[in-house]
Amino acid sequence: MLRHTFKTLIIAILLVGTAQAELKIEITQGAGSRTPVAVVPFAWVGTSPGMPLDIAEVIGADLTRSGRFAPIPEGDMLQKPTAGADLDFDDWSILGVEAVVIGRVEQTGANAYTVQFQLFDVFRRRQLVGYRMPASRGTMRRVAHRTADMIYEKLTGIKGVFGTKVAYVTVEEQRDGKLYKLVVADQDGENEHTIMESADPIMSPAWSPDSRRLAYVSFEGSKSSVFVQTLRTGNRQRVSSKPGINGAPAFSPDGRKLVLTLGGIDGNLDIHILDISTKKTKRLTTHRAIDTEGSWSPDGRFIYFTSDRSGGPQIYRVAVDGGTPQRITFEGSYNARPRLSPDGTRLAMVHNDRGNFRIAIMNVERRDLLILSVGRQDESPSFAPNSDTLIYATRQGRNGVLESVSADGLIRQRLASGQVDVREPVWSPFPRF
Amino acid sequence: MPHYKLIVFILAAVLLVGCTGQTLPDPDAADTQYGGDGGASTDTYSDDAYGNGEPIADPYAGELSNIIYFDFDSWEVRAMDTDIVARHAAQMANNSRLEIRLEGHADERGSREYNIGLGERRSQAVRRLLLIQGAAAGQISTVSFGEERPQAFGSSESDYAQNRRVEIKYIN
Repeated sequence: MLRHTFKTLIIAILLVGTAQAELKIEITQGAGSRTPVAVVPFAWVGTSPGMPLDIAEVIGADLTRSGRFAPIPEGDMLQKPTAGADLDFDDWSILGVEAVVIGRVEQTGANAYTVQFQLFDVFRRRQLVGYRMPASRGTMRRVAHRTADMIYEKLTGIKGVFGTKVAYVTVEEQRDGKLYKLVVADQDGENEHTIMESADPIMSPAWSPDSRRLAYVSFEGSKSSVFVQTLRTGNRQRVSSKPGINGAPAFSPDGRKLVLTLGGIDGNLDIHILDISTKKTKRLTTHRAIDTEGSWSPDGRFIYFTSDRSGGPQIYRVAVDGGTPQRITFEGSYNARPRLSPDGTRLAMVHNDRGNFRIAIMNVERRDLLILSVGRQDESPSFAPNSDTLIYATRQGRNGVLESVSADGLIRQRLASGQVDVREPVWSPFPRF
Repeated sequence: MPHYKLIVFILAAVLLVGCTGQTLPDPDAADTQYGGDGGASTDTYSDDAYGNGEPIADPYAGELSNIIYFDFDSWEVRAMDTDIVARHAAQMANNSRLEIRLEGHADERGSREYNIGLGERRSQAVRRLLLIQGAAAGQISTVSFGEERPQAFGSSESDYAQNRRVEIKYIN
């Protein structure tokens, strides 16, 4: 049903988001052929003149941003059905539309609603998925993203990530110095919340597997410490503040441990594992080279990390129980900051490509390297939980901006931020419903 | 053309400055007597006058630099900076109450946490030199900001060179 061509082209700029949102998303490169679909405005059954949120608009924007779909304009629609029985497939086939989404929002209480949607395959003339979900004004946007996720998965076979979040660090110039912020936003740039701010650098945010906590490095007091902060309460705990470097935290798949980098008084950076509740640390590497940027394999058995024990930085892995590290990357003089895809098949890294630092992914079995980004100073790759897309930081003039790219390199989006320097994006795991 | 004259004057001045320190030209190459009688005709360029010249005092001598810069991909203190480190070490050895924090920095290239490692290596190189020259371990702490606190914000080699540094901060 879906046509894919491997030709790429530049798609017109599309801006999504409210005036307050710092991140605006534009698709800079889309898949060669985008599937035409229709998202018919949802019916509204309630006491107020309009529904709390235009669900169809959110779904349409999600599908457009994926780079794989082209929702047709409302003005082109020959009919606007809101119930499955009213759908005339011929009207949609004439327009070349391959799939139609219809739905309704019904008010059931003061702040209680039911959202329902159905997705139809125009050619086969049947329903692909239909669902009815409770919502409140507060959860309406999440329900809309969840709807888009289900539609996307039905049409592509890939799990949607519209309901996920991204955390990142921003830096603003102020009269009396810089202001660093740790921000969490929906993956479309909406709903931004600053969860921590400081005049000293903030670095290396990392999500817990349940998306409820973030670990990060803060330099408050001119010394580095690793914190774990619970998003809902804002409570934070200083989990590592030893002499010298405390850096590069990443959660274990069970959420109980952190891999991190400790430098000690003599500044020999090594990989350690910290049990968050007991605060006990276990040293995993002992080399006098720089060992840092540890991250867990999804099965929890290995730590992948950067080490310059061979001269320049390369990626190694070591068993969580210890043992001799094994070198993983051999192509090029600089490979750093390894991140495994959640499905364990690909390894993302920062790779020096003839003087330019770019995001590359390596197929773990075949070991072949694919360079995904085109900047000069690209860094901090982070996989979406569906393993299909990555987000990373690049430069636009002096400022850092975020970009995402599909793992096949075909679809690229820029998340522009205006005047703010944005860096170190990390994609959240799937939300739990 | 006053501008033209000014330029000529500057050029002449530059040429004169350019001469100092170089082998003195024979003012009269044809004068075979020159070497023999130490010739009065060479007054302005006499060896005596040059030899008795006064060294110019370093106007910044009183200020001890607090920043050590490093070469690309290097964490070795350069020969020209070892004196700066030695003077800090002497100061600390003379006054055990002095405490410093060595803040290591890297240029922006490459990944952020690895750059934290490079900045720390530079701090440690300065720390080792200080310890060898009489500072006590308890007087020194280190921190690495990696590429997080650049001094120059551009992306040229000269910006990078200014950012590869260790700052010596007296905290007590």
